[in-house]
Amino acid sequence: MSKQFQFKLVLLGESAVGKSSLVLRFVKDQFDDYRESTIGAAFLTQTVTLEDQTTVKFEIWDTAGQERYKSLAPMYYRNANCAVVVYDITQSTSLEKAKSWIRELQRQADPNIVIALCGNKLDLSARRQVSQEEAKKYAEEEGLMWGETSAKTGEGVSDIFTSIAKKLPLTAPPSARGGTRPGVPGGRTGVDLNKQANAGQGQGDQCNC
Amino acid sequence: MDEEYDVIVLGTGLTECILSGLLSVEGKKVLHMDRNDYYGGDSASLNLTQLYRKFRDGASPPQDLGRDRDYAVDLIPKFIIASGELTRILVHTDVTRYLEFKQIAGSFVYRDGKISKVPSTEMEAVKSPLMGLFEKRRAKKFFEFLQTWKDEDPATHQGIDLDKDTMSTVYEKFGLEPGTQDFIGHAMALYLDDDYKKKPARPTYERIVLYTSSMARYGKSPYIYPLYGLGELPQAFARLSAIYGGTYMLDKPIDEIVTDADGKFVGVRSGNETVKAKQVVGDPSYFGAGKAQEGGKVRVIEEGKVVRAICFLKHPIPGTDDADSAQIIIPQNQVGRRNDIYVALVSSTHNVCAKDVYVAIVSTVVETDRPEQEIQPGLALLGPIHEKFVSVSSLYTPTSTGETDNIFITRSYDATSHFETVVDDVHDVWKRIFGGKELVLKKRDVQVEA
Ligand SMILES: Cc1cc2nc3c(=O)[nH]c(=O)nc-3n(C[C@@H](O)[C@H](O)[C@H](O)COP(=O)(O)OP(=O)(O)OC[C@H]3O[C@@H](n4cnc5c(N)ncnc54)[C@H](O)[C@@H]3O)c2cc1C
Ligand SMILES: Nc1nc2c(ncn2[C@@H]2O[C@H](COP(=O)(O)OP(=O)(O)OP(=O)(O)O)[C@@H](O)[C@H]2O)c(=O)[nH]1
Ligand SMILES: [Mg+2]
Repeated sequence: MSKQFQFKLVLLGESAVGKSSLVLRFVKDQFDDYRESTIGAAFLTQTVTLEDQTTVKFEIWDTAGQERYKSLAPMYYRNANCAVVVYDITQSTSLEKAKSWIRELQRQADPNIVIALCGNKLDLSARRQVSQEEAKKYAEEEGLMWGETSAKTGEGVSDIFTSIAKKLPLTAPPSARGGTRPGVPGGRTGVDLNKQANAGQGQGDQCNC
Repeated sequence: MDEEYDVIVLGTGLTECILSGLLSVEGKKVLHMDRNDYYGGDSASLNLTQLYRKFRDGASPPQDLGRDRDYAVDLIPKFIIASGELTRILVHTDVTRYLEFKQIAGSFVYRDGKISKVPSTEMEAVKSPLMGLFEKRRAKKFFEFLQTWKDEDPATHQGIDLDKDTMSTVYEKFGLEPGTQDFIGHAMALYLDDDYKKKPARPTYERIVLYTSSMARYGKSPYIYPLYGLGELPQAFARLSAIYGGTYMLDKPIDEIVTDADGKFVGVRSGNETVKAKQVVGDPSYFGAGKAQEGGKVRVIEEGKVVRAICFLKHPIPGTDDADSAQIIIPQNQVGRRNDIYVALVSSTHNVCAKDVYVAIVSTVVETDRPEQEIQPGLALLGPIHEKFVSVSSLYTPTSTGETDNIFITRSYDATSHFETVVDDVHDVWKRIFGGKELVLKKRDVQVEA
């Protein structure tokens, strides 16, 4: 029988590096040249099937613009299983910003979080400011996954998500929140408010005191 | 900051974040600011560094407490009632998606120097030492009366009028002993004092029904609690607000509430920038609470004080069957007070502290000028206390509704053990903002894709 896993994936990086575009390419295989800065972020999921038929479902969180004035809530990455930290290869300052997000994750997130550093806008390599060597060297020092992508052409996009899916500790039970989501081996440990809210109403008259 | 907003929200406490989220969903253009660099205001959960910054003048936390990131210590001890109003808002806004909840393992009540579990099954009720055999029969009749009550069926009323008869009258009718009344009124109806007995019985009836239906929902206690602490609640509603276009700015000093010649709200000044909006909503600390008034308008007044002691223990609370979480209620009569003392316990099971650490918060409404002594009966139940942080906070309430000046101020977090009054405040502020229109919870469009 094939196994199914669900993981929380968060996106981080400076505004306009292409976080939402990467997700749009990954989930819907679309690209939008005039994408507006993210507000009204949808809650997206995408499933990756690995060679051994294991399926990994990503529950993808986009920042909803809260990072813009340094106001991202720690809740955002608190129990993330993986993070894709994006920079724009044509903007060296965006790599600096990515590094500061990585430091924040190393300090505050789950110690087992899988972090991928992603250099986006590969189609604009003529205007490259961040060399592959520099980014790769930094990623190796910090023990991160690394890859370059173009959300515009699609190059490298599924590769980066697939490598994350492979790297996530498939045999170990996923950490707290991921592990209690439906569909994850191990089952729920928490309580499901939604389910109870619909089914529970009539139970009031049946006291179990 | 040239943009103009519909509403500026000041402070990221739970009340403000729920309002901010609901206002953004309603289509208002919201700017949400906080002077702190963290979410939650007075209802935040702090890590060790933040806790020691607040209570120990920035001293560094002792090594033996473990890692900073493992801690999320609530400043205000409250639990969520499983069938209560906050649960309803969480479900309707779909904010549950960002959170995960666990049950609180047990609810206990203090009686004659000992604590006993509030029975959660019939077996427990039969075995409970809280009542003698005959009193149990009387209590059974009383609960059966409440359970079978139907407004439209006078046969179920047993001659009682819930809207006219006082709760005392109802207790007398069933011949319930004072100890049982303490237990029902304080551990189940969750009243802080005994004033309810002299009032019509209906609200008490409703509270007992809420308690028992919440108890029936998950079994062990009527309470649930979010993993990673209560501070997750404001953050989750802030995300809702951001997703619907709300702009967030933390770490922003708020220097002035700017008004026009008639005293009507114009904007908020931070440094030498002023942001304009039609309305402002905020917690009392942004409107002069606790500061000496210098000729300005008095916008909030103090209604009372609450004392709270956050205690780190290295063991569960004795007598709770090693519960990983619990509420203990000490009814006021039991210790000769006017207000109950509450103990709220959570632990690493809720991802709020390191393994083998237990966080207990003892709190009560201040009645004397020696508040720390007032919580002594609660502290005495805890066993050895590893570390203790005591605070006395004022409860502020706005002096005006805001309808004339467009300044809508929320209330401080009170001494109750749950969030029902917080939701009442949300409803109240909403109504004031919208000139009397009630808050109607609409189901959010579900945006799940792929
Ligand atoms: C401390 C305490 C707390 C309670 N809390 C609640 C509550 O939160 N919500 C609520 O609805 N009811 C509560 N009750 C009353 C509850 O136990 C009622 O007995 C029950 O609701 C009746 O249900 P039933 O009609 O299914 O039981 P029945 O079918 O009437 O009773 C089943 C059997 O159990 C016995 N029995 C049931 N309850 C008791 C008891 N309390 N003591 C001794 N024998 C008993 C009966 O005699 C009978 O033999 C409480 C009672 C006590 C003493
Ligand atoms: N050429 C090129 N443009 C891209 C690529 N990815 C994104 N863009 C463009 O870059 C701009 C910003 O992309 P977004 O996906 O909105 O960036 P973001 O990181 O989500 O930005 P915020 O939501 O503001 O944080 C848009 O105009 C995109 O069309 C890419 O791979 N190549
Ligand atoms: Mg975006």
